[in-house]
Amino acid sequence: MKKLINKPEDVVKEELAGVALAHPDLVRVHFDPNYIVRADAPIQGKVGVISGGGSGHEPMHGGFVGIGMLDAACPGAVFTSPTPDQMLEATKAVNGGAGVLHIVKNYTGDIMNFEMAADLARAEGIEVESVVIDDDVAVQDSLYTAGRRGVGSTVLAEKVCGAAAEARRSLKEVADVCRKVKGWGRSMGMALTSCTVPHVGKPTFDLPEDEMEIGIGIHGEPGRTRMKIKPADEIVEMLMEPIIKDIPYKSGDEVLLFVNSMGGTPLIELYVVYRKAHEIATKHGLKVVRNLIGPYITSLEMAGVSITLLKMDEDLLKLWDAPVKTPGMRWGM
Amino acid sequence: MSIARDKVLEWIKASADVLAENRDYLIQLDAAIGDADHGANMDRGFKAVMAKMPEISDKDIGTIFKTVGMVLLSTVGGAGGPLYGTFFLQAGMKTARKLELGLEDWAAALESALNGVIMRGKAELNDKTMVDALTPAVNALKQAIEANLPMEQALRLSAEAARQGMEATIPLVARKGRASYLGERSAGHQDPGATSSYLLLKAAADTWTDG
Repeated sequence: MKKLINKPEDVVKEELAGVALAHPDLVRVHFDPNYIVRADAPIQGKVGVISGGGSGHEPMHGGFVGIGMLDAACPGAVFTSPTPDQMLEATKAVNGGAGVLHIVKNYTGDIMNFEMAADLARAEGIEVESVVIDDDVAVQDSLYTAGRRGVGSTVLAEKVCGAAAEARRSLKEVADVCRKVKGWGRSMGMALTSCTVPHVGKPTFDLPEDEMEIGIGIHGEPGRTRMKIKPADEIVEMLMEPIIKDIPYKSGDEVLLFVNSMGGTPLIELYVVYRKAHEIATKHGLKVVRNLIGPYITSLEMAGVSITLLKMDEDLLKLWDAPVKTPGMRWGM
Repeated sequence: MSIARDKVLEWIKASADVLAENRDYLIQLDAAIGDADHGANMDRGFKAVMAKMPEISDKDIGTIFKTVGMVLLSTVGGAGGPLYGTFFLQAGMKTARKLELGLEDWAAALESALNGVIMRGKAELNDKTMVDALTPAVNALKQAIEANLPMEQALRLSAEAARQGMEATIPLVARKGRASYLGERSAGHQDPGATSSYLLLKAAADTWTDG
């Protein structure tokens, strides 16, 4: 294992210490339990928006704490759900009296830990709504599995929900925005290489030099198929086809096209992918009106890409364009 | 014969030891069908439990179990944290104010723990989870009580039933948790959660019997 770390058990703690030193204008970091919170939280009368999950997906979620996006993020150990006490303390820290939205990715551990945290917070008199994002179309047999995984749409949900909360919408209205993204977002990813969890020390799965995994999850969960590597355009077709087959919208609709690096894939390749994905979307009559390109929801150093399509309406466009100022996403201010 | 509070504390210690010894084994099992964190998570959780033990060693068994549950809940993470946290919280509710456990007390605590795990994880038998080791262990205890078997034998039978339940997960296709994404590919691997559950019940039988 070749990594810029000290001790595997210190990675998350030291990363959080770095975040605290780098962005004191935007966030504060609380240790034991660990969470990153907006520097000016709690904001009276504003809905708090919280997410969390295992570490190793940076900048998600901690990098999205700030103005116009998340109020707090709870990082677990690498690829391990955070614990209920983290979410409970973060919920209390951002509660400005208007309630708190939990944005949860659909993984067994995340669901259970967030459920327990929401129960505990409600027991303390805080209004909590939870929305589970499950947008990974690679999972076909969702009836006999833990269901579709939460991936790329989570980033988009955090942005628009943060904007809705910033505009002082009510908890129900902010949760409705989240449910809209849940309903309209679809994603699929692929891996060119595996990744190594620091405390494990060896790659999560074996992937021969000339092979790729289509439909990979963000923790290296297996996808639909493993095959010999192909040219980028063919790979993009293999990702876009199941997404477009699954989307609940039709020709003429406006979409946001999100091309995401799994961590190890450089921007030059992301733009190659974007070019083809844009072409395919356009061919299907979808109008790409916004985009996001870069490493936003990663899997450590995994090389690979994921593509997310989100149908946009007037309200989502307004929320997407609203100013945001976080360590990982910033525009308009 | 009964299980005194000191024996309960010994079991917690033995569990921490056996999970530390099997840390890499559980990681290996989890790497095959999950995300390779179960061994590290359980080891971290029980190390935190051991650090907390001195504060509660003079409390009743219910308080001890509830404390173990709360510590696991806040230190394990993943799915194992809420599941084992709930396991011990439920066992603690059934053993409130007790300073020793008869066999029937233990059976009731374990059954309540199992029901808590089922409620939290929504898993059914044969979904390839902890439930597959815990369910036969509870059933074996109840049968042993009905047959008036001595405590030592009942605990042994219960641990043995858990072992068989754990091994029976090998051919199963996972229906819950991260392993479920593998579909048919999850068959042929032993479930790490069922394995850690067996290790805990084996530690109980070893600690609470002379043999």
